[in-house]
Amino acid sequence: MNKALSRVPLYTVLVLVALFALLPLYIMVITSFKPPAEASIARMWELPSSLSFSAWDRGFSILRPYLVNSFALAIPATLLSSLVGSINGYVFAMWRFKGSEIVFNALLLGMFIPYQIVLIPLVQTLNSIGLFNSIPGLILTHVIYGIPITTLIFRNFYARIPMEIIEASQIDGAGLLGTYRRVALPLSLPGFVVVGIWQFTQIWNEFLWAVTITSAGQRPVMVALQNISGSQIVEFDLQMAAALQAALPTLIIYVLLGRYFVRGLLAGAVKG
Amino acid sequence: MAQTTDVGVAAGDTDAAKDHRLPPRRQRSALARRLERYLPFLLLLPSIIAIGVFVYGFIAWTGWVSVSNWTTFVQDLSFSGFDAYSRLLDDFRFLSGLRNVIVFTILFVGVSVVIGLMLALLLDRDPWGAPIWRNLFLFPLAISFVVTGVVWQWLFNPRAGVNLILDRLGTETLPMWYVSTEIIPGWRWGQIDVAIPIALVAVVVAAVWQMSGFAMAIYLAGLQGISEDLREAARVDGASEPQIYRRVILPMLLPMTITIVIVLGHISLKTFDLIFVMTGPGTGYVTDVPAVYMYESTFRANQFARGAAISVVLLVLVVALMAPAVWARNRTEEAASE
Repeated sequence: MNKALSRVPLYTVLVLVALFALLPLYIMVITSFKPPAEASIARMWELPSSLSFSAWDRGFSILRPYLVNSFALAIPATLLSSLVGSINGYVFAMWRFKGSEIVFNALLLGMFIPYQIVLIPLVQTLNSIGLFNSIPGLILTHVIYGIPITTLIFRNFYARIPMEIIEASQIDGAGLLGTYRRVALPLSLPGFVVVGIWQFTQIWNEFLWAVTITSAGQRPVMVALQNISGSQIVEFDLQMAAALQAALPTLIIYVLLGRYFVRGLLAGAVKG
Repeated sequence: MAQTTDVGVAAGDTDAAKDHRLPPRRQRSALARRLERYLPFLLLLPSIIAIGVFVYGFIAWTGWVSVSNWTTFVQDLSFSGFDAYSRLLDDFRFLSGLRNVIVFTILFVGVSVVIGLMLALLLDRDPWGAPIWRNLFLFPLAISFVVTGVVWQWLFNPRAGVNLILDRLGTETLPMWYVSTEIIPGWRWGQIDVAIPIALVAVVVAAVWQMSGFAMAIYLAGLQGISEDLREAARVDGASEPQIYRRVILPMLLPMTITIVIVLGHISLKTFDLIFVMTGPGTGYVTDVPAVYMYESTFRANQFARGAAISVVLLVLVVALMAPAVWARNRTEEAASE
């Protein structure tokens, strides 16, 4: 009894923080399902009297082309940057050469720069190669600036494959590429899942590149959402429905594959 | 930290190596062997070139733009000296933004560390449903700052959200949140007050909502590395529970704290989307930050030299944060390995 009682403060704090964490989600969900007449900010906290899909419909009809853009951006960019990271990580983990640690650290530093410092040359470069204001331009940008994090996660991943397996493959006459294709790659699925989820989430949620590089019909969904929220005449319920729709893909991935997301989070934060 | 970054190599797949033991060792030509020797480097070459150009080359290029005469839509890369920088020193908006981002970073990182540590220590006591709580505290990390900004903008709208509840509770004067132009008095430095603008508090709450789970996750990973034996040994030595926390656990969490400060600190210094979406620069620039000013200078006002100069200052800020933190982390790692 005494022990149970001593745990009351523990659960009190957990419940309070959980309420804080769920607060924005609660407002987004209940508002987006309210009949338009009830969607005033004065009655923000009240549950809807009946279920209405009006805000979902209106939000989706505005966001749909931008959601398509975001998928057309995030899926290829995620696949490409995972592949690049896998090859780099494999080399750094298993085929170290003189100076490879220096090269690795020099690549890694690219992760920590404030991206404002490359924004002007990036816009000029994309302009000169005809990729400004295009999804392919954004894909290229995400793949290049994703190199440090994907390389880091994959290097740490491959560092856990026992060196003996690689050596056995070498003794059998397989070279670097053969060993990658026949030994490393088949073992890489968990690594690809972690990196893929991480990159998809980051690319889907990203805003600075998107708002700088694209305009009008090329915009990803986060820029479209910002435009909706920045407009004074857009109704509150529509804004909440649009915000929820824009957040849904990464939220669904988190619910289904959360533990891989957390691994990416920890792997990205800790230099191996 | 090793066990937490484990992305798991599937057991049983080790047979893959054996399957390929059959073909005999091939004889390779001298050229092929030489190529093989440089192959690791060649495979990395595209990435090295890409980062070399898009990170290091572009930083140098931005540095040059910042000392150029490029202040209109037409590119002018002639050398102007440090005009753009000296104008920034006299620029009310820039100085306000600089103050804001430093205040914001201290508050945001500080509160996130405290909340993250508290949650990690609570979950470490193994409450019922620990994984559920953990997932609940981590899910905001999967959400975009844009979404966060849109929702919290409404929650801190002075006529809505939190204030409706405060009003119901009978609060006399409702806070203005991010619309407030009040600045907690500090001291004057040139044109600006070195102090805390009230409006930043609302942005800090939103940022903490989004990112404090990160601090929790890092601390939890650190706590898993502290063995029960160690705590037991301290207990046997007669240490009380609070003493164990203060003398054993907290010091061992120092490397995690440094990691959190590095990651959250650099995210905070370059804050752009949250401010851009939630508040904008604000009346009297009470919520402006250098990243927003950089964007508007460059892409709205065509003041490329000024935009470049602001981004150079941002880079310097990040380096100033990270250099001592990385140094401290290397030191604690060395101490741990000795």
